[in-house]
Amino acid sequence: MSATAVDDTITAPALRVVPGTLRGAGRMVERSILVYRRTWLIIVSGFFEPLFYLLSIRIGFGALVGDVQTPNGPVDYAVFVAPALMASSAMNGAVYDSTMNIFFKLKHARLYETVLSTPLGPSAVAIGEITWALMRGVLYSVAFLGCMAALGMVISWWALLALPACVLIGLAFASAGMAVTTYMRGWNDFEFIPAATLPMFVLSATFYPVSSYGGLSWVVQLSPLYHGVALVRAACLGEGSWGLLGHVTVLAVMTVIGLRVASRRIGTLLLT
Amino acid sequence: MPVIAARSVHKSFGEFEAVRGVDFEVARGEFFGFLGPNGAGKSSLMRMIGCVSPVTSGELRIFDLDPNVDGAAIRSRMGVVPQTDNLDQELTLLENLVMYGRYFDIPRRECRDRARELLEFVQLADRADSRVEPLSGGMKRRLTIARSLMNRPELLLLDEPTTGLDPQARHVLWERLYRLKEQGVTLALTTHYMDEAEQLCDRLVVMDRGRIVAEGTPRGLIVEHSTREVLELRLLSTTPDDIAERLAPIGERVEVLPDRVLVYAHDGEAALASVHQLGIEPLASLVRRSSLEDVFLRLTGRSLVE
Ligand SMILES: Nc1ncnc2c1ncn2[C@@H]1O[C@H](COP(=O)(O)OP(=O)(O)OP(=O)(O)O)[C@@H](O)[C@H]1O
Ligand SMILES: [Mg+2]
Repeated sequence: MSATAVDDTITAPALRVVPGTLRGAGRMVERSILVYRRTWLIIVSGFFEPLFYLLSIRIGFGALVGDVQTPNGPVDYAVFVAPALMASSAMNGAVYDSTMNIFFKLKHARLYETVLSTPLGPSAVAIGEITWALMRGVLYSVAFLGCMAALGMVISWWALLALPACVLIGLAFASAGMAVTTYMRGWNDFEFIPAATLPMFVLSATFYPVSSYGGLSWVVQLSPLYHGVALVRAACLGEGSWGLLGHVTVLAVMTVIGLRVASRRIGTLLLT
Repeated sequence: MPVIAARSVHKSFGEFEAVRGVDFEVARGEFFGFLGPNGAGKSSLMRMIGCVSPVTSGELRIFDLDPNVDGAAIRSRMGVVPQTDNLDQELTLLENLVMYGRYFDIPRRECRDRARELLEFVQLADRADSRVEPLSGGMKRRLTIARSLMNRPELLLLDEPTTGLDPQARHVLWERLYRLKEQGVTLALTTHYMDEAEQLCDRLVVMDRGRIVAEGTPRGLIVEHSTREVLELRLLSTTPDDIAERLAPIGERVEVLPDRVLVYAHDGEAALASVHQLGIEPLASLVRRSSLEDVFLRLTGRSLVE
């Protein structure tokens, strides 16, 4: 057994890092698929969540509230709120995947320790895990959109653009979530997560247009979820504008910073 | 060109220095051992060689590469058995091996073939589709060893590989390790077991508190630091305080341990006769050849296994 698995030639690392990292990230995704192949029911059960959400606004309080004024005219309240719920659900899924799941693998299963003793590095781990969270997120977003369509809450084909918007939301929150998780000392610290996501859920123009927040609308701007809601809502209502690029930028910056911090921290935590 | 070359390697964790400047070289195809008590710094050193722990200062080269720069390339040619098993609890035995091979970019089909072969090698083939959790400690250890061979390493790092194995499994493993050596694999092993080190290692270093206190072949170390034979005496339940003084003229050296007294002498039987002449009647006595344990005791004043 003296043959090598990987050829002996060593090229300058700078040239190899990117393709190598992506290939490594692919391996992490492969592992997740292997694990979830057995527990696909958990994934399927997640599909029912949007249905409950949407039914509650359709037949619940949505029926009590009238139309909402948007720049393009009035829309049905359910049509107005559904995209915000879709965006929030993308956030919640990503946060869950990147906090609880990652913490478990980091501290208890010691999975990353194993992986880092192979040629894979911390960035491959971070990118791979986030990619997997996104793949699940896309499935849920498709289900969400399907439910919305079935319940008559989709009014234009532009709504398909809500899918990439949700991917971006997932990316931003999974990266940030993973970065935050690397600072957690124990399960107790997870109580802070709802303390961050719940106010965001309420303060992100979810249930009212941003104009109705009046003088407090700048607070809404601070919520990353707001930028996600704005994108998904614009897609679903078919309201394109250059201003959307601002929202994309906010989420993209959050992704880049989150990923950087997460991979650096995984390195410092495990490569001691 | 040595496979591992360490020059004045240090490792600190905050204020604490776990490895305090070690120098050694491991040649290609050599079976090299690190012997030392708990906390000697063996695992810290192994982790640095494994490129999962940065060297604090000094120079470490593996395959003539720098771990800081070419860590991934080095790791791809190396197999690692860490001190504590970190198997993937969410996968089966077979999947553990296959997935590990995949991290090395080995094609899936090849991974499956190697995994089956290695499960056979560590006698776990019948458990291929079981989860890891219900395995016994020794079985997990064997699986970890199988896993370390998935990438057909040129260099194998074994951190106490046989801890938790029953004697039979240990001997089987020794035999397998020997076969790897014959195939040209370089092996680095840490252990508390003297017999393991004596049996397997071509050359070894004795570590204590972060330093190397001796280096050589197992035989050479014994010749250099101990006498040919040792007389072990078990005395009364409480050892008299002046026993060392009284026995001193008999051997070259006397060690008083909590449960026994060791007299180092070229001829153990003759030493025993002298003990009787002195009017000391031990409860039990034993004459044996010197071992690495004695070398260790000599060098550090402490026994290796408490
Ligand atoms: N991550 C760490 N942080 C702080 N101290 C550490 C860390 N790892 C090891 N040490 C300390 O370094 C010293 C050497 O530990 P190491 O694990 O290398 O010893 P060892 O020779 O492998 O011992 P054993 O035979 O018990 O496995 C110990 O005092 C240990 O407490
Ligand atoms: Mg150790």
